[in-house]
Amino acid sequence: MRPLDPRLLRYARSTRGFMVAAVLLGVVTAILVILQARALSTVIVDVTAHGFSLSEVGGLVLAVAALMGARAVLSWATEIAAFRSAAAVKEELRTAALTHALALGPNGPAGTDPAGVTTLVTRGVDALDAYFSRYLPQLVLAVIVPITVLLTLLGQDILSTVIVAITIPLIPLFMILIGMYTKSRVDRQWKTLAVLSGHFLDLVAGLPTLKIFGRAKSQAEAIAAVGDRYRSSTMGVLRISFLSSLALELLATLSVALVAVSVGLRLAEGQMAYGVALFVLLLAPEAYLPLRLVGQHFHAAAEGLGAAERIFAILETPLPSDGGVEMPSGAVTIDVTELGYTYAGHDEPALAPTTFTAQPGTVTALVGLSGGGKSTLINVLLGFLAPTTGDVRVDGSSLAEISSSSWRSSIGWVPQSPVLIADDLTENPTIAQVVRLGTPDATDSEVRTALADAGLAAEISALPLGLDTALNSDGSGLSRGQHQRLAIARALVRRPRVLLLDEPSAALDTESEDAVVAAVCAAAARGCTVIVVAHRPALVEIADQVVRVGAGVLA
Amino acid sequence: MSPVRELWKAMSAQRTELALAAFVGFLASASAIALLGTSAWLISRAAEMPPVLTLSVAAVMVRAFALGRAVFRYLERLLGHDAAFRGLSQLRVSLYRSLEAITPNGLAQFTRGDLISRLGADVDTAVDLPLRIVLPWAQAILVSIGTVAFLLWLLPTAGVVIGIVVLLALTVMPWLVGRTAAHAEARLAPGKAALANAVLASLTASPDLLVLGADRPALAAVHAHDERVTSLGRRESVALGLSGGTGTLFQGLAVVAALVITIPAVIDGRLPAVMLAVAALLPLALFDVLQTLPGSALAFHRLRGAAARLAEIHEAPADDSAQATGRPGEFTGLVVDNLRARWSGAEGDALAGVSLSIAPGERIAIVGPSGSGKSTLATVLMGFLKYDGSAVTCGSEIRALDGDDLRERIGMMEQSSHIFDTTIAANLRLGRLDSTDAEVWAALEEAQLAEWVRGLPLGLDTEVGAFGTRLSGGQQQRLALARLLLAQRELVILDEPTEHLDAQTAEQLDRTLFAATASRTAILITHRLVGLEAADRIYVLDGGRVIEHGTHEALMSRDGWYAAARRRQDEQRSMAELIDVLPVGIGVPVPPLARG
Repeated sequence: MRPLDPRLLRYARSTRGFMVAAVLLGVVTAILVILQARALSTVIVDVTAHGFSLSEVGGLVLAVAALMGARAVLSWATEIAAFRSAAAVKEELRTAALTHALALGPNGPAGTDPAGVTTLVTRGVDALDAYFSRYLPQLVLAVIVPITVLLTLLGQDILSTVIVAITIPLIPLFMILIGMYTKSRVDRQWKTLAVLSGHFLDLVAGLPTLKIFGRAKSQAEAIAAVGDRYRSSTMGVLRISFLSSLALELLATLSVALVAVSVGLRLAEGQMAYGVALFVLLLAPEAYLPLRLVGQHFHAAAEGLGAAERIFAILETPLPSDGGVEMPSGAVTIDVTELGYTYAGHDEPALAPTTFTAQPGTVTALVGLSGGGKSTLINVLLGFLAPTTGDVRVDGSSLAEISSSSWRSSIGWVPQSPVLIADDLTENPTIAQVVRLGTPDATDSEVRTALADAGLAAEISALPLGLDTALNSDGSGLSRGQHQRLAIARALVRRPRVLLLDEPSAALDTESEDAVVAAVCAAAARGCTVIVVAHRPALVEIADQVVRVGAGVLA
Repeated sequence: MSPVRELWKAMSAQRTELALAAFVGFLASASAIALLGTSAWLISRAAEMPPVLTLSVAAVMVRAFALGRAVFRYLERLLGHDAAFRGLSQLRVSLYRSLEAITPNGLAQFTRGDLISRLGADVDTAVDLPLRIVLPWAQAILVSIGTVAFLLWLLPTAGVVIGIVVLLALTVMPWLVGRTAAHAEARLAPGKAALANAVLASLTASPDLLVLGADRPALAAVHAHDERVTSLGRRESVALGLSGGTGTLFQGLAVVAALVITIPAVIDGRLPAVMLAVAALLPLALFDVLQTLPGSALAFHRLRGAAARLAEIHEAPADDSAQATGRPGEFTGLVVDNLRARWSGAEGDALAGVSLSIAPGERIAIVGPSGSGKSTLATVLMGFLKYDGSAVTCGSEIRALDGDDLRERIGMMEQSSHIFDTTIAANLRLGRLDSTDAEVWAALEEAQLAEWVRGLPLGLDTEVGAFGTRLSGGQQQRLALARLLLAQRELVILDEPTEHLDAQTAEQLDRTLFAATASRTAILITHRLVGLEAADRIYVLDGGRVIEHGTHEALMSRDGWYAAARRRQDEQRSMAELIDVLPVGIGVPVPPLARG
């Protein structure tokens, strides 16, 4: 892990401001540390060697109090700055990741693992709090404080300076060496720990099955046995990896001891002043403290950086290219020629070469087995996937050359499982809001017409609140058929020139099925280019042409 | 008992090892304090220029304490981690036992949420209890007592005053830090939840938003939530940042108090001058040790949530069906009469008077719309749900039989049987541990999976991946079928085994299922009606009642629910036939076949 990922500075500009603040606060802290040691040692020497009374050293005691108070306030201020910066950084990362993930479309992380991405950009990045409030400031202190202390020591006692100057660089050196030696073993061990946790969760998930086969009770011993096995092998690795902190502690404490004994002996021989000796003794441990604390906060920091790294991975996925050509107005002819798609890393194409022409005013039915390439074809038509072979031409221009926003604005799309939401993501959107998604300027009468075209007029007028009826956030309260018809209304209100409809594979009620067929016929009659994915004969019967879509290599 | 104490009880059987770790940790902290104290004495004494020889003991001690601090700390970490891992292992076992006792019905209340992912994360958090809470506290208290005791001996007033400051620090510091963090988080929580909901909503709807061109307003809506959370975070930073600094504040208080008390004592001779530095520096060193406590308070705050969730599992009441101890007799079929059953917490009966029977060697099918009680019936027959009325098998009411014994006679294949993250062989032998390779292969043959397994480089020893993800859905169910066949149960219940498969795979699996159950006593629960001509009887369930039953022919002529549903499914098949005759990848006029 790099202590400070440069990408964090690049993607989250707030980090830069914080680094400047952390360095400034670090310098002040270092100065306070030295002043405090100075004041404290002076008080002690004044009393013990010169016999000053409390009132005579009162000013200095107050100074010690003030300095420690100032240090407390300073570290409080550092944490406040850290939490504030972390809040800003999290917002920056979240916005960037979300915008990018959305732009990557349903085949990117947003579509394949929406819950995972949500956790990552919410709870995941919260781990950055610890990185900012503990690790980064400590890292800055670990650079500034030892240097400041060394410079101060230099003016006091050469021998102590040499001892500290030699041992301090050894600490990171040892950490790196031992870290390198144990890294692969530790990594492997973390993996086995994950396996251990996985074994437990696997058994819990399979409990009903285990119980059916009468094996549930006996697995408790298996959990204990596996846990024990992993514990002993983990301890074997920890014995070595803890050596790095042992080396660190040994270096730090032994060099403090060395300094103490060396100044003590020289003091006894009259080669050194008491005040200097005490000052040196108070300063020496301060040089090592920030380095030790950095190690302590490493784990919490790694968690936050891990989340940031996964966000960078999203941000660094290149966006699909977007052509700049605007769609011409009027009817749309779609030419699909030898169109095929193979997912990266797969041998078999998900969509075997397909050729057809969809004319304005006609209905093209796509049929085929599930998993047979129909949704891949739709994804290509929507511009979510760039074809690996062949081409889609819209009125003569390749889809790749057409601006995707201009292309999509001419499409009415009814997905197989539409998500009915309002554009402000409110939890209980009204029917009107749902239909207006993407067409915010549609008038009430346009919304009503679209709903009527989708066969919902009677049902809506029966509702006391009509268009303003709020839907449940999870779509409950609506039948699957009503859900589908609302999505049709949402597509029709756009006055689309192309209608893409993915018929639900599960059976709808008869009323809804009839409404879907009627809406498709009406759209074609208006001159729309209609392409439907058909799962039932009713939609095939009204089609002008049918295309069997297949996957795999064709003979 | 508080959840945290309960958690502690569940993972602290290694008391001796933990006590040893705490003691060694105390020695490490004590060495750190003694190192500074002895060094201060050494220098102060040296300033009086005594013969160098009188300093040698102190010089040796300084080095010994330096060594001790590092070595004791290393030992503490090893002992502490070992005890913590043992505790974690115990915790897993006890959680597993609690979950086992409530499987399967009580489990539903947990699986509804995200039990699995939460359980993993919560158990991982539990390791903080020994490592970040108990051990730091134990040694903080021990080392505080030790230091204060030494000061009391040195100068009683200093001991008393520093003791009070330490006591204040030990109570106020963690309390303040834990409380402010909890408060700040509570204020942040609703905003964060709203933000997470908005993020999830926008991501789930991403295709809709993109195609409809509503992605910008949606992002703006998310951003509005985000800004609210950020400005709240800014406001709460003052409270959240409190943990940094409080330690230094108390340290300063202690050092200044020590100076103010010991300086007059030195002046009027109550305290030897060399001891001033010691008395002033000991609190400084002590509070370096106590600096870990604010972090520990935060860890405690985090742990409480995890502990409460884990306690919910420990406290979930076990099924009372587990209590029966009757031994099953010979299997002579199954007779169900006026069976009623209700899920706990449900309003109405899931089964409202079902009667049916099956004789050895018969195959019956149970069909009906979703929610009609089909799976509830299976749950009752497996001995997992209380019922009224009668369900007799093996010479006894099911409710009177020991559950594990009952399930040695009746086996079941679930909608999505769990495939364990191990080899194919181990998954199969879950059915019967002592089965021979020949029996395993025979079961695979019957499930029509043998050919595929033979083609694998590692054969039976192939790892299937977590949740069987290296297998297709159809292969997973075939593996589950082979496992059930290998178990040689006298009655097998197949509960919608094709539910989550695509039509083509489902049809292929159906054929296998029919063939494999031909010579067995079987109950087929299904929503796919094709092929039910082979069943001895078909029962149609609706609203928890049998609305019609009989053979396929009888039900078709009755023209009720079954006949209508079957015709719809046949229509689907004609669609499949239509697809079959079409050329792939080319647009053609709609063939007349479909219009017929």
